[in-house]
Amino acid sequence: MPERSVTVRVNGRDRRAIVEPRLTLADFLRSHCRLTGTHLGCEHGVCGACTVLLDGEAVRSCLVFAVQADGAEVTTIEGIAEPDGQLSPVQAAFRDCHGLQCGYCTPGFVVSLTAYLRDHPDPSDEEIREALSGNLCRCTGYQGILKAARQAAAELGAGA
Amino acid sequence: MKPAPFEYHRPETIEEAVALLGELGDAAKVLAGGQSLIPMLALRLTAFDHLVDIGAIAELTGIERRDGQIWIGAGTRFASVEASPDAAAGVPLLTRATRLIGHFQIRNRGTAGGSLAHADPAAEYPAVALALGAGLHVRSPRSERTVAAADFFEGLWTTSMEPDELLVAVSFPSWSGRCGFAVEEFARRHGDFAIAGAALGVQLDARGRVTRCAIGLLGLGATPERAGRAEESVVGRAAGEIDAEEIGRLAMAELESVPADLHGSAQYRKRVGAAMVARAWATAVTEAADA
Repeated sequence: MPERSVTVRVNGRDRRAIVEPRLTLADFLRSHCRLTGTHLGCEHGVCGACTVLLDGEAVRSCLVFAVQADGAEVTTIEGIAEPDGQLSPVQAAFRDCHGLQCGYCTPGFVVSLTAYLRDHPDPSDEEIREALSGNLCRCTGYQGILKAARQAAAELGAGA
Repeated sequence: MKPAPFEYHRPETIEEAVALLGELGDAAKVLAGGQSLIPMLALRLTAFDHLVDIGAIAELTGIERRDGQIWIGAGTRFASVEASPDAAAGVPLLTRATRLIGHFQIRNRGTAGGSLAHADPAAEYPAVALALGAGLHVRSPRSERTVAAADFFEGLWTTSMEPDELLVAVSFPSWSGRCGFAVEEFARRHGDFAIAGAALGVQLDARGRVTRCAIGLLGLGATPERAGRAEESVVGRAAGEIDAEEIGRLAMAELESVPADLHGSAQYRKRVGAAMVARAWATAVTEAADA
């Protein structure tokens, strides 16, 4: 099967590779860009661990082929903090509220919440729960994650 | 890499896309948002030699009012439908159904046309299209035609489209007057496919009599189902005198091939389905009466 050239702007930097069309964006990020912060849990769209921003929107990178992202901009968990390393409000809230346990699901939660709170600055508790429902945590540490989401929402809302 | 190898095509016009489908026939599958197809490829439930990605075809996206209908391009993402004031005003049932699809990350990628063409009997859009009598606009290198939703869904994941045909748009008729709409579904976990559900619209006259009723069922057959007898049974009657549970029972009485699996027996699904119809009826009638 013919391979194709793809160029994806990842965290502000153009990444070009020749890939098989069946390569997912998640595998492109991990294997070709060596950005292993994007985690793969189920690889068929259920767990949400691989969530990245594709042209600003939160998507499951295991359900996008790299060839579909040709010419697009992607932000991974590695691109969420400030360039000087200062944690984003969502990241800081996860640390403050014990929203991290084993850490495996964390990149997906942080990226999903970053997009959600950008679009919904003042969510209710129920809306936060619904927004997080597409991400699974096998440690079942959801209470800390919810608390982190509330703190990040309050902080982002206050800054707006 | 989990999916079997395939050759990738990325046409930029509908013409190019249908020419490719005409040339490749059965060996090709259309890739829209990929939120159903890519998991199926990853699990190797299916494989194709060619994928024709319609994601770069600009003329396939958009939401417009056209002659009392809401026209939605097949490539329009669920998130765009969810946020569209035109869709909310013209087909409230669709807007409400959209919020129940997967999770917001899935709705950022999944498309209206993809859901309809995939024709999963437990999905929301096929049931809404069937209930409202939507028109599905289909193009091939040979012709262009509009298929009524009632003639579109043929079986599990099967539509009446030929291999060289592409779904380009769907139009939903807008209801006017005193109308109410509701979607009710029951799933084990939020965002899962529903075990059973109902999408229901009702229209009342000034005296509170039912002038129109549409009931689409999901998860209760090999295709989405329409509860025609239950609909007919309420038309002309005073809405306040109708027993919601009776409509639920009647809607289930017509079903012939209710699926059974590890999530529930056919009998259980029917009981859930009847409850969902009853709930949707109650909500929709209250909304219509207040309109």
